Amino acid sequence: MRRLARALATLLGIAVLGLAVFTIWAWRSAIAPVATPVATSFDPALVAKGEKLADAGYCLTCHTPPKGKPYAGGLPMVTAFGTIYSTNITPDAATGIGSWSLEAFARAMHEGVARDGSHLFPAFPYDHFTKVSDDDVKALYAFMMTRPAVAQAAPSNTVPFPLNVRLLQAGWKLLFFKEGRYQPVAEQSAEWNHGAYLAEGLSHCGACHTPRNALGAEKNGADARLAGAAIDGWFAPPLTAANPAPVPWSAAELHDYLRNGGTAYHGVAAGPMSNVVRQGYALLDDADVNAVAAYIASGNGSADRKADVGQIVGDALARSRYDASQAGDHGAALYMSACAACHYNPSSGPLPARPELGLKSSVSAPDPTNLVQVILHGVGVKDGLPGTMMPAFGAGLSDDDVAAIAVYLRKSRTTLPPWDDVAGVVAKVRSGKTT
Amino acid sequence: MTTTFTLNGKPMSAEVPDDTPLLWVIRETANLTGTKFGCGIGMCGACTVHVEGRATRSCITPVSLVDGAAITTIEGLSADNSHPLQKAWVACQVPQCGYCQSGQIMQAAAMLKDIPQPSDADIDGVMSGNLCRCMAYVRIRSAIKIAAVEMHGVAPEVAKHA
Repeated sequence: MRRLARALATLLGIAVLGLAVFTIWAWRSAIAPVATPVATSFDPALVAKGEKLADAGYCLTCHTPPKGKPYAGGLPMVTAFGTIYSTNITPDAATGIGSWSLEAFARAMHEGVARDGSHLFPAFPYDHFTKVSDDDVKALYAFMMTRPAVAQAAPSNTVPFPLNVRLLQAGWKLLFFKEGRYQPVAEQSAEWNHGAYLAEGLSHCGACHTPRNALGAEKNGADARLAGAAIDGWFAPPLTAANPAPVPWSAAELHDYLRNGGTAYHGVAAGPMSNVVRQGYALLDDADVNAVAAYIASGNGSADRKADVGQIVGDALARSRYDASQAGDHGAALYMSACAACHYNPSSGPLPARPELGLKSSVSAPDPTNLVQVILHGVGVKDGLPGTMMPAFGAGLSDDDVAAIAVYLRKSRTTLPPWDDVAGVVAKVRSGKTT
Repeated sequence: MTTTFTLNGKPMSAEVPDDTPLLWVIRETANLTGTKFGCGIGMCGACTVHVEGRATRSCITPVSLVDGAAITTIEGLSADNSHPLQKAWVACQVPQCGYCQSGQIMQAAAMLKDIPQPSDADIDGVMSGNLCRCMAYVRIRSAIKIAAVEMHGVAPEVAKHA
């Protein structure tokens, strides 16, 4: 009995000691608040550089809800662990980051720790931003500190106890986070390295395109990196050789897609990708866009694919033609009435604003989620390719009708096996309960 | 929510729920009734307008998707009914009851920007979503070809059909 008590006491002691060690290790002290720097104290050239970097990270996208004030936060991010609201990163002292010194801002970017010492949730992709150089962080700070200050507190997160205990985030970091600036790869070109620096750092491509584990961390196996993942009710396609688009994603195609929001051979950016273009890459210097395109293309095998683009496009156009054998196909009839007016292309070739569906990865993807999203909810004029939009057919078509169109497109435009349970996917996407 | 856009060149601001169909705003708020309500589910083309110059079914377009866009209805296609399609429509006496015609013209006008000299197959492919229950399709096709010639010059095969 006494031995048992002693053993229990020892275990308890180890547990207490362990907790103490963890707490000491995980503890981050607050960085003293500073008087908000006046906007004129920053070099305009540094601010301009910071603006481009903010665009490369589409900071605006997450830190501004629809019709909200720029950078004032409040966008809800629904995760498996609760809803997390983006924070106010305008230089308001009380509700934004106005009292943050450059040191505090850099610590948040590189280590995921707020000025007050609390650990940030990885909804803020500091696991990518840790790669951003000190100079670039300084420029970003100059840009943020010269935005109009907005007094607006973020709504409270709905992450339940004990996951909301910020100190526990240190445990997540211990398991999944590696701090460190980007290290150039010596045998690669300067352009490739610049592309990798942006794509892996500020642009945080992996945050959407890399699948996550049960604890919400990006999987880091070679097979998992940028291998495609579900995000916000959409599917972020693989940026690897596994991408299902019929035409290879060459560096030139990637450049045009990122720069313009769509290409004739790959269709239009939609869903969460829209803002990556419209609030990001459309605003960057061409050298940056080309670098990221070169980096992604180097990892997707497009240069090694012996693809005859003319043949692929010709096949897609041929498959898009209505023929008498489709009479009686409900999906084909719906397509001719609802879709063909915009998606028909002349035999001279597809136009960027008339996405040729046989070339779209949404039709050749393993599941119909993205296709169904676009049919139900449409594409706004502020999405994708400028000047192009698509109505929201969910207002007029039943789940069965939407499913019939999707099934028809899969059957007529590809030689791939049919999707399972398309009607189920339509119902799920319509309900919005996709996480 | 407030949605702002330009309608036939004039700034417009609509205080309506985000999912309000654009057609409602055009007909009920702006009182432009040339654009017609047909099926209400994007299947007949009667409600076709231009968003940023591209044909769009306004009955299933929530206004939230066109925030900031330039929208043109049949009333704004030309100042004095002088668009080549409008002239060809009169010349060919295309309409019978006329209900689908504003949608037909707006769809055809957008098509001629993308496909300046459309073949019969192109016209069928693009115009298949604009229904005409009076069956004026033959005259619609003729008028489109006449307008294409006026807008983009004569192509031999177009002239033959026109």
